[in-house]
Amino acid sequence: MGIEFDNNQPIYLQIMNYIKGEIITGKLKPGDKIPSVRELAAELQINPNTVQRTFQELERETIVETRRGMGRYVTGNEETILTIKKDMAQDVLDRFIRGMQELGFQGEDIIAAVAENVHQRDQGQGD
Amino acid sequence: MDELLEIQNVTKRFGSRQALNEVSFRLGAGTITGLLGSNGSGKSTLMKLIAGLSRPSSGRISVIGVPVGMDSKSLVSFMPDVPVTESWMKVGDALRFQQDFYPDFDQSKALRMLEFMKLRTEDKVRTLSKGMNERLQLTLALSRRARLYLLDEPIGGVDPVARTKILNALMEFYEEDSSILLSTHLVTDIERIFDEVIFLKDGEIVLHHSVEALRQERGKSIDELFREVFAEC
Repeated sequence: MGIEFDNNQPIYLQIMNYIKGEIITGKLKPGDKIPSVRELAAELQINPNTVQRTFQELERETIVETRRGMGRYVTGNEETILTIKKDMAQDVLDRFIRGMQELGFQGEDIIAAVAENVHQRDQGQGD
Repeated sequence: MDELLEIQNVTKRFGSRQALNEVSFRLGAGTITGLLGSNGSGKSTLMKLIAGLSRPSSGRISVIGVPVGMDSKSLVSFMPDVPVTESWMKVGDALRFQQDFYPDFDQSKALRMLEFMKLRTEDKVRTLSKGMNERLQLTLALSRRARLYLLDEPIGGVDPVARTKILNALMEFYEEDSSILLSTHLVTDIERIFDEVIFLKDGEIVLHHSVEALRQERGKSIDELFREVFAEC
């Protein structure tokens, strides 16, 4: 696992987002075992309690399940994974729209700009 | 969280100079705490008091309820900022020495750590580089079965690769039910291994907080906060 940490932000949130990303992109698949607290702490050189907290939060969001005596696994529930994907997409959209509004773009202008860009990209791929 | 270390109103004077002034804090079991401060802030003095190598002018220190003294020696493992080894020693002698001093010294753990650190028992201590010597000192300290590990400037060497190796060893060989109090003035590389940090300035605590909470509340790294607090030093 390779994470470039930003020490200005809580570390547990960064690891959470990283693991969610791995799940959404399919690098971690439903039912895959995830590393132990110890392994991940040693690998990332971070505090074991921070890793513990990450896993607790992931469990609370039912993204990760603990099987007694066996370790932690990525949820097999596709719906949960879809929800994370939508949540993360929403975050990206929120940031984008806020940025565009700060530049002075409004509703229809933003939609038009997005449509034009997506269209251009699709054409670019066709060449 | 169970209480491991309790320090109450500790003051230490050397003649007219006040090295520590009314220092109080508690550490829980299973935590790693960074003791941060610039040179001369009182970090080493505080460590020596907790290790029982020196006595406070006033105030009390206890480890799992045991007042610091003869009875606390088996609970606390101290890595001082100067090597505990002698120049005639080989690495193997250093291990035997430590074993003679401390019945809780875990020889097999020490050998595993040596291998991880790429040190050999036949290496002469005198010929070790500064970084390799730090690795040896850390091995000696962490191989004791103690409740509290006091590591005074374990990453003093400037070589970033050597620093990474020491951090790796710390995370690999640290027993999770014990606690570590680690002093340093190099914050950037190491701040992610802390649960809490204590800023010590001119012998007084100016901040003691959870690092994740600090990042959350202030949106700043510990290194940045450290530079703010100690800017005028």
